[in-house]
Amino acid sequence: MKETDFEIAGRAFRSRLMVGTGKFPSSEALRQTLEACDAEIVTVALRRADIGQAESDSILSVLDPKRHLILPNTSGARTAEEAVRLARMARAAGLEPWVKLELTPEPKYLLPDPIETLKAAEMLVADGFVVLPYIQADPVLAKRLEEVGTATVMPLGAPIGSNKGVKTRDMIRIIIEQATVPVVVDAGLGAPSHAAEAMEMGADAVLVNTALADAEDHAAMGRAFGLAVEAGRLAYRASLGPVRETAEASSPLSGFLKSLT
Amino acid sequence: MSFKHEIAEWPEERIAARIAEADAAAVERALAREERTPADLAALLSPVAADYLEPMAKEAQRLTRWHFGRTIGMYVPLYISNICGADCVYCGYAVRSGNKERRRTLGPDEIRRECDILAGHGYRSVLLLTGEARRAVPVSEIAEAVAISREYFPSVAAEIYALDEADYATLVKHGLEGVTLYMETYHRPTYAQVHLKGEKADYDYRIDAIERAGHAGVRRLSIGALLGLYDWRQEGFWTALHGRYLQKACWRSAISVSFPRLLHVPERFGIPHLVSDRELVQLMLAMRLFLPEVGFNLSTRERADFRDGLIHLGVTMMSAGSSTRPGGYGTYGEETLEQFEIEDTRSPEEVAAVIRAAGYDPVWKDFDYAFDDAAIGEPSHQ
Repeated sequence: MKETDFEIAGRAFRSRLMVGTGKFPSSEALRQTLEACDAEIVTVALRRADIGQAESDSILSVLDPKRHLILPNTSGARTAEEAVRLARMARAAGLEPWVKLELTPEPKYLLPDPIETLKAAEMLVADGFVVLPYIQADPVLAKRLEEVGTATVMPLGAPIGSNKGVKTRDMIRIIIEQATVPVVVDAGLGAPSHAAEAMEMGADAVLVNTALADAEDHAAMGRAFGLAVEAGRLAYRASLGPVRETAEASSPLSGFLKSLT
Repeated sequence: MSFKHEIAEWPEERIAARIAEADAAAVERALAREERTPADLAALLSPVAADYLEPMAKEAQRLTRWHFGRTIGMYVPLYISNICGADCVYCGYAVRSGNKERRRTLGPDEIRRECDILAGHGYRSVLLLTGEARRAVPVSEIAEAVAISREYFPSVAAEIYALDEADYATLVKHGLEGVTLYMETYHRPTYAQVHLKGEKADYDYRIDAIERAGHAGVRRLSIGALLGLYDWRQEGFWTALHGRYLQKACWRSAISVSFPRLLHVPERFGIPHLVSDRELVQLMLAMRLFLPEVGFNLSTRERADFRDGLIHLGVTMMSAGSSTRPGGYGTYGEETLEQFEIEDTRSPEEVAAVIRAAGYDPVWKDFDYAFDDAAIGEPSHQ
């Protein structure tokens, strides 16, 4: 495994940038984005995808199963039962048994329901799925999901589509510190700098959608996010220095210290 | 809870006062804000704001793209009956409007034939419509129509007479995802003047119906005022308040707003408050600025060129190739009575091409069989 590879459920991935496929203006825009950011894990809403008509579906037709892991998501599901049904349907249609669990009962902010998410995760893990749950940045919930056997946790940086950045920073820091599964910061990352910030904190990966879909130049924005994720990861590995309020000379006390006998 | 209590706090005099006192500074303040208050809404609906359509349009476009991306959902209406027991003076279906063409309620095989044609155009979302005819088209028949339509479409919505919560729940059990129910007019005196008989004459029963649908588990709730019946600024204000109220009262449901404008009406009725294109655009922009995350539906009531322009300004769902006659897609042609004449007669394929050319992705499917309990096993026509 290369130094920069990371694993989910025993499978190695080169790219730490996952991409959501909603809101793109055209198949071509999505294709250019994927090409430029070099994402491997690409999530598709099952409500939106016409799996029976994959060739004509404006999202599925762009994805290449050889290059992309198509990660079906359950967005729009309001109960654990609905999410489980969706996941099973995707598996029955021939997709790999991976699922991004999204239980978002309210359509305004699309915030995840922690209770239904935990229930659904238990059912899906028992059923043999690799489960990647989208959650509120709640460190205890993250541990509970880990115990249930999810493959990652995916805490939100800010509400989906909000472009606000890592607003839940303090809680995400705790989740990363405590986690034994990969932590993917999902939702709210509206600029490459936000993605870099999450990666610098030690997130294993990020998931971006709106900021990519909404770009004027899809190829350029895809590349910008790809670079930011890589830069953030490198900085994390190189270990960032602490943030200081004031400037500090590099060896202010060294004269005195040296004089000590 | 009821929206009645909320609307009671905003009688027309209070709204009129807010609209009248809005000046350029108020409009600019409303434009600059991130979250807008009812006073901001009044400013955006005011005559003064008519000079601010360009900045309002930019903001509306930004908000719509932010929340929905550059996508337009595609849906199509399917009239299953034109029998009507109400007497709404503006409607072609009302018996006293004097139209003599044939009245029909489609049977199961006819519904199947119409569904098959529409699914063949690529539609995955259908809106079933009836008149106000609880006796001629009972809930049990609508439930059957929903179940049949589900064989062809993952998403089935209904625009039918107002129901009790238990009846909505029955339809949900058969696979109903959405309900469209226009208040027609929120202005009580006007409501009484234009709805002369039948259950529909009951303002109070109708105004709470959409909330009952939400409580029964309907996922998409569409509201609207029939533009032309009363002052559009007042109606727009009340509709927006209703939308915001429903977001709280039915927090699990997605809310959308339609802007049906009266253009073709029976001879016995003159449209009392005609709404111009420019005014309709101002209304839509003000609504978008007040309710950034609600869907906007746009039907073929409006002209093709006007619809094409609106793609950029906040619309999120469009119908195309519509017929307002039961059986109008392939069973009865033009034999049956239509509800109103459509303006945009282009085919779904033509409209989809226009949407793509405008830089938007036409989305045919945005719901799945797996979501609800009615979906047992694989659909037979997918």
